[in-house]
Amino acid sequence: MTNLALVFPEIFLSLSIMFLLILGVFKKNSSKLIQNISLIILLITSVITLNETLGIQETLLFNSSVVIDYLSSFMKIVTLLAAFLVLVISSNYLKTLKIFKIEYPILILSSVLGMMIMISSNDLIVFYMGLELQSLALYVLATFNRDQLKSSEAGLKYFVLSALSSGLLLYGCSLIYGFTGSTNFNIIANQLNSNEYAITFGIVFILVGLAFKISAVPFHMWAPDVYEGSPTSVTLFFTMVPKIAALTVFIRFLYVPFLNLIDQWQMILIFLSIASMLFGAIAAIGQTNLKRLIAYSSIGHVGYTLAGVATGSNDGIQSSVIYITIYIIMNLGLFSCLLMMKRNNKYFEDIEDLSGLSKNHPLMSLSLLVILFSLAGIPPLAGFFAKFYIFKSVLEQSMYFLAIVGLLSTVVAAFYYLRIIKIMYFDKEKEKYDTDHSLWLKFSLMFSTLLILIYFIFPSQLIEVVSRINII
Amino acid sequence: MNFPILSSLILLPAVGALFLFFTRSNKENNITVKYVALFTSLVNFFLSVYLWILFDQSTSEFQFVEDRVWIKDLINYKVGIDGISILFIILTTFITPLCIISVNNSIKNRLSEFLIAILIMESFMIGVFCSLDLVVFYLFFEAGLIPMFLIIGIWGGTRRVYSAFKFFLFTLLGSVLMLIAIISIYWISGTTDVVQLYELGIDAKYQNLLWLAFFSSFAVKTPMWPVHTWLPDAHVEAPTAGSVLLAAILLKMAGYGFIRFSLGLFPIASEIFTPLIYTLSVIAIIFTSLIALMQEDMKKLIAYSSVAHMGFVTLGIFTIQQQGLEGSILQMISHGLVAAALFLCVGVVYDRMHSRLINTYGGIVSIIPKYSVLFMLFTLAALGLPGTSGFVGEFLILMGAFKDNFLVAVIASLGVIIGAAYMLWLYKRVVFGKLVNSDLKQMVDLNKSELFILSCLAVPTLFFGFYPEPLINTIEVSISNLIKVYNFNLISN
Repeated sequence: MTNLALVFPEIFLSLSIMFLLILGVFKKNSSKLIQNISLIILLITSVITLNETLGIQETLLFNSSVVIDYLSSFMKIVTLLAAFLVLVISSNYLKTLKIFKIEYPILILSSVLGMMIMISSNDLIVFYMGLELQSLALYVLATFNRDQLKSSEAGLKYFVLSALSSGLLLYGCSLIYGFTGSTNFNIIANQLNSNEYAITFGIVFILVGLAFKISAVPFHMWAPDVYEGSPTSVTLFFTMVPKIAALTVFIRFLYVPFLNLIDQWQMILIFLSIASMLFGAIAAIGQTNLKRLIAYSSIGHVGYTLAGVATGSNDGIQSSVIYITIYIIMNLGLFSCLLMMKRNNKYFEDIEDLSGLSKNHPLMSLSLLVILFSLAGIPPLAGFFAKFYIFKSVLEQSMYFLAIVGLLSTVVAAFYYLRIIKIMYFDKEKEKYDTDHSLWLKFSLMFSTLLILIYFIFPSQLIEVVSRINII
Repeated sequence: MNFPILSSLILLPAVGALFLFFTRSNKENNITVKYVALFTSLVNFFLSVYLWILFDQSTSEFQFVEDRVWIKDLINYKVGIDGISILFIILTTFITPLCIISVNNSIKNRLSEFLIAILIMESFMIGVFCSLDLVVFYLFFEAGLIPMFLIIGIWGGTRRVYSAFKFFLFTLLGSVLMLIAIISIYWISGTTDVVQLYELGIDAKYQNLLWLAFFSSFAVKTPMWPVHTWLPDAHVEAPTAGSVLLAAILLKMAGYGFIRFSLGLFPIASEIFTPLIYTLSVIAIIFTSLIALMQEDMKKLIAYSSVAHMGFVTLGIFTIQQQGLEGSILQMISHGLVAAALFLCVGVVYDRMHSRLINTYGGIVSIIPKYSVLFMLFTLAALGLPGTSGFVGEFLILMGAFKDNFLVAVIASLGVIIGAAYMLWLYKRVVFGKLVNSDLKQMVDLNKSELFILSCLAVPTLFFGFYPEPLINTIEVSISNLIKVYNFNLISN
C-alpha cells in the first residue's frame, strides 16, 4: 500500500474537488470562500507532490499504468503553480464581468486533475482518461461568460474540433492496441515490430490528436478563435497550463514506447515544429486583437518547444522543459498586463488600446517592454536563453535546417512584438487606465518581469533542476 | 583575485542607470539627473584611462582576464583585453560623457529614460569589446539593439518608426545566423572560449560556412554594401546623441568582430573570402561616396560617408598586413571621433534652425565663426587631410592594400578623392557663399557646452594626426601576434 502515497496528490485533489462541489451546493454565495480554498488546495497539492514524489526513482504503479518519475513530478508542480497563479490573478476580472461563480475554481481544479493524470500516464487508456477529464473542464471554461455570444461560440468550436481530434486519437490508440496487443507503454515498446505500417499509422493519428491539444500547425485553427472568445482569464489558463501536460505526454508517448521508431516520427515533429514557428510568426503580423495575437505567438512558441522534442535526445527534452517553463513565466506577465487594461469596468483587448501606454503607466509599459523583448528572444532576457538551449540541442543533432528556419522565424516574430512596443512607446497617449489592481496582479507582473530580467545572472539554477529529467 | 576592473567598467553605467531609474525625472530635477549620468560616465572614463595606464603594451596576451563559471558546463563569463580592444573601450567611455553633455535642449521629454538608455548602451558596448567568450559576446552584441531601438523610436524624427524597425530587423536578421554559427562552434570544438579556440583552431571543412554566418552579422552592422541601407535611415531619424553613439561606437563593433573573430578563428576562410570583402569594400567606397555627393540632407551625407569610411576599414582588415590592420584600427578610432563630431555639428545647427537640409544654410561663416572653424577642422579630418587622425588611418590602409592588391588600392584611392569632393562641397554650401536665408542671421554661435564637446573631440583628432605613436604602440604587439597566429594556422591546416 506504500504505492498509494505516490498518487496521494491526485487523490487529495479529487477528494477536494468533491468537497468543494458539495460545499458550493449547500452554502449560498460561497464563491469567494471556494476560490480561497481552491488556492490553498493547489498549494497543498504542490507541496505534497514536492515532498512525496520529487525525490524518488522512477516507479510504476497500478499494473504499470501510472508512472511517477522526476519528469512527471516536476511538470505536475509547474502545472499546479501555474494554475495557482492563473486563479489568483483572475478573480478581479471575473468579478468585473459578473461571472465570479463557484464553478470557475472547481472547473480549473478538475482540469488540473486531468492534466496530472495525463502527466503520469504510462498507458493509453489512462492517458486518454486524463485527457478527456481536462478537456471537458476546458470546454465549459471556454463558455464561461455564457451570456456573451463570442464565449459560447468559442466553447462550441473548441468542443466540436476537440471531439474530432479525440476521435482520431482514439483510433490511433486502437490501431496500436490491435498490432501490439497492449495499451501499456512499456509492453508496446517490447512488442514493437517496426515493419508494421499500421503502428506508424497509429502513431500518426495519436500525434495529430496531441498536436491539436497543444495547438501546433496545421492543427491550430481553433486556437485564435477560442483564445479570442474566451474570457481573458480563461485564455490565460489555455495558453499556459494545458500546454505543460500536452508537452509531457508528447515526450512520454514518443520516447517511452516509440523511441525505436524515431525515424518514423522525427520527420513529423520537425514538420510540426517548422510549420508552427513559421506560421505563428507570419500570421500574427496582421492581428489587431491582442488575444488573437497572443494565440498566434503561442503557436510559434509551441513550435520551438517541439523542436526540442524532435531532437530525440535527453538534452532536447530538457531544453523543451526549460522553454515551456520560461514561456509560462513570460505569458503570466503578458496576461497580467492584459488584465490591467481596465477602464470604467470595461476591459480592453485591442493592440491600439495600448497606444501611448508609456506616458500614462510607465512602470507597466516598462514591464511589458521587457516581456515582449523576452518573447522575441533578445538577449540578455530569459527568452533568449530558452531559445538558446533549444537551438543548442537541435544543433547537437546537426539539424541545421530546423535551426535556421527557427531562428529566421524569430526575426519575423520580432516584427510583431516590436509593433506592440512601437504602439506603447512611440504613439500618442489615450485615456488612463484604472490603477486599482489587486495586489496579486501587481505581484505577478513584478514577479515575472524581474525573473525575466535577472535570469541571466543565475542561468544555472533552472538547468540544474531540469537536468535530472532522464527519459532515455 | 585582483580587482575586477573590466566587470566594473561594464557594470558601472548599468548601476548608474538603475540609480536614475529610481530617481524619476520631472521638470525640476532634470539637471540633477543629467549630472548623475554624467558623473557615472566620467568615472567610467577615468577608470578606463587608468586601465590604459596599467595596460602592458609589450605582450599580446589577454590582460585583466576574469573567468567565472556562468552556465555550468556550458559557458564561462570570460572577459579580458588586448591592445586592440582597449582602444575601443576608451573610445566608448570617451564618447559617452560627451553624448550626455550634448543632450541639453534637444531632448525635451523623458530625459531620464533617455540617459538610462545611453548608459545601458555604454554597458553593452564595453561588454562587446572585452568579452572573450562567443556567447558572452553575442549577448552584448545583440542586447545593444534594445536601447538603440528605443533611442531612435522614442526620441527620433518624423520617420522614426520606419527607421527603428529597419535598424532592428536588419541587425537581428544578420545576427541570428551568427548565433547558429556560435552554437555549431560549441559542438565542433567543445568550447566557446575565444582563447582556447585560438589555440585549438577550427576544422578547415567547417570554416567557410561559419565565416559566412559571422560575416552576415558583421556585414550588416559594419555596414557593408549592399546591406548598408538601414544606416542612413537610422542616422537621419535618430536624435543627435543617438547618431553619435551609432556612428562612433556601434559601427566599430563589427570591425572589431572581423578582427577578433573572422580573422582569429577562421584564417582559411578569411583567405578564401578576401576577394569578396575587397569587392564589397571597393564598391562601398566608390558607390556610397558617389551617393553622398548627391545628398541634400546633411545627416544623410555624413551617414553615407560613414559607409565609405567603413569600406576602408574592412579593406584594411582583410589585407592582413601589419599596416593595413593598424590603419583599420586607427581609422575606426578616428572615424569614431570625427563622425561623432560631424553629427554633433549638424546637431548644433539643427537645434537652431530645425532643418538638416543643406540648402537651408549658406554663408553662415560670418554669423557663427567659432562653429565654422571647428566644422572646418572636422571636415578636413573626415577627408583625411595630413595632420588629422583621418589621414593616418587611410594612409596606412592604402599602404597595406598596395602591398596586397595593386588594383584594389588604386580604386580605393579614387574614393579618397571623391570623399574630399563631397566633404568640401558640403562645407562650401553650408558655410560659405551668400547668405541665402535671412532667418540665419538669428543664429547664435556655439554655447559653452557645445564648444567644450567639439574641442574635446578636436584635441585628440589633431593630436593623433600629428603623433599617432601612443595608439600604434598599444596595438602593435597584438596585431603582429594576430598576423603571426593567422599565418601559422593557415600553413598548419
